[in-house]
Amino acid sequence: MALATPARPAPPAPARAPRHRTTGSAKRARWDMKFSPYLYIAPFFIIFGIFGLYPMAKTAWMSLHDWDMIGDHTFIGFDNYAELLKDEYFWNAVVNTLGIFVVATVPQLILALFLANLLNRSRLRAKTLFRMAIFVPNITSVAAVAIVFAMLFQRDFGVVNWLFSLVGVDPIDWDAQRWSSWTVIAFMVDWRWTGYNALILLAGMQAIPRDLYEAAALDGANQWRQFWRITLPMLTPTFVFVVVLSTIGGLQLFTEPLVFGNGNMRGGTQREFQTLAMYMYEKGINSLNTAGYGAAIAWALFMLIGVVAAINLALVRRTVK
Amino acid sequence: MVAASARLWKTSPLTYIALVLGVLASIYPFYYMFVIATRSLDVINSVPPPFTPGDAFGDNFQRVLDNDAANFLKGIVNSVIVSTVVTFSVVLTGTLAGFAFAKLRFRGRNGLLAAIVVTMMVPTQLGLIPLWGMMQDLGWYDTLYAVTVPFLASAFGVFMMRQYATQAVSDELIEAARVDGCSTFRVYWNVVLPALRPAAAVLGLLTFMDTWNQFLWPYAALTNDNPTLQVSLAFLSYAYYTDYSQVFAATAVGTVPLLLVFLFFGRQIIGGIMEGAVKS
Repeated sequence: MALATPARPAPPAPARAPRHRTTGSAKRARWDMKFSPYLYIAPFFIIFGIFGLYPMAKTAWMSLHDWDMIGDHTFIGFDNYAELLKDEYFWNAVVNTLGIFVVATVPQLILALFLANLLNRSRLRAKTLFRMAIFVPNITSVAAVAIVFAMLFQRDFGVVNWLFSLVGVDPIDWDAQRWSSWTVIAFMVDWRWTGYNALILLAGMQAIPRDLYEAAALDGANQWRQFWRITLPMLTPTFVFVVVLSTIGGLQLFTEPLVFGNGNMRGGTQREFQTLAMYMYEKGINSLNTAGYGAAIAWALFMLIGVVAAINLALVRRTVK
Repeated sequence: MVAASARLWKTSPLTYIALVLGVLASIYPFYYMFVIATRSLDVINSVPPPFTPGDAFGDNFQRVLDNDAANFLKGIVNSVIVSTVVTFSVVLTGTLAGFAFAKLRFRGRNGLLAAIVVTMMVPTQLGLIPLWGMMQDLGWYDTLYAVTVPFLASAFGVFMMRQYATQAVSDELIEAARVDGCSTFRVYWNVVLPALRPAAAVLGLLTFMDTWNQFLWPYAALTNDNPTLQVSLAFLSYAYYTDYSQVFAATAVGTVPLLLVFLFFGRQIIGGIMEGAVKS
């Protein structure tokens, strides 16, 4: 297989030399119309089937086994899941994942909403410049972000502790406690994603018809009232989109805590910031003989994402009414 | 009434102050990255920390290059290869499938399109462990196949191109080409692809940056003998976490290409993202 080159475009319908020119080409054209569409969409479905769908199904299958990646596979039903429920490291990872998610996402969305509202002012000068500047963190790699922020929050020579020392606060050992490590990781996530979400929300705001605001202004509604009564309700679809995307991405958090903890898959000496994705990696890839257990963690993570996304959806729908 | 609406939409100095603060918060970590990358270690490890760039970048980056453990240069080359191949393939497969979904009629079209939208919502980590095992079985572990082949087509790419093709390519034009005897592939190549070019460019830029920044999968599938840039950076930061100037010099070098891309194409990238948000 020529795998190093990109997939070739699907060739047009193969052409056999027709006996009668007219009927042959008519046949060919019909064949082309009927089957070419499937050829054109095939690359995606082949790639996704082999490297997406099949591994997901296999994760489910593996999770029902005592599965050694290089050894035996014994069917054990739901024992892995039963064990998960009793596993304190699993619950620790659940708490960390949800905790970091809340600490990171709530301020991020509020800030994004605030920034979007500012950028939505008419007659704002240097619009493009502002938009580009708040978006630029999103283009950096998560690894780079984690490296830079780990240094900013470094105990002895970091800028943050130095600023604290100016106001008389003792240096904080950021990676040594739960709350402080969560804070640093939340900063990494928010720095990279707030501007992105602000632009998505801004796009949603700009789709709201202006005359709604003018009518409200005629009725004497001030800016705050307009924001609550017009902007937020009209923004609900976009906001739901942002919340669901943040949930799917946020609960899979992996790189930031890993790099922050210098590659320690346990996330701190006492697992202060080990997320579910890291625990899955620890059980499923770092130790090969517990791959089945790792697969069970993967499905648990998937279910958690589903549940949290559903709760968030309900919350957004209820709050903005 | 005119006065009222004008007053309501006015931008006050406070607007600008808040926005400038937001901009500074966005820019400062980049600035800080270059400060540390251009300072010698003894300056970094002093109180107060340095706030202006120095001239030690050459020294710092030389240490990165001399460092056998991280294979940084190989990481850059690998990242360029992988990102380029994936980008071309995603644009090609995305425009082809997007064209088919938007402009051709076939059985099961709507169902298959819905399936693609659903796959965009599925967390990628769900298949991680079996995929890793698969790479071992195929003999792809620690090779570039492992980080390239699974990403040659993307649901996002297909969907984005489908959305754009629906409105950017006129049915009359396609019909005219077909009456002239064009095969569907010629229609794609001569009519649809040129019309899709602006959106395909945005898709290409997003895919390139995304592939360049990938972490979890390359980290699982590669070692520091044959890393991508991000994997190399991670190993560098673990092993030399006390030599910040070296790690930051490498980080800065890994970030500059993206900054350049953004400097030239940032407007299109932002436009593409904001448009996509409204449509989906």
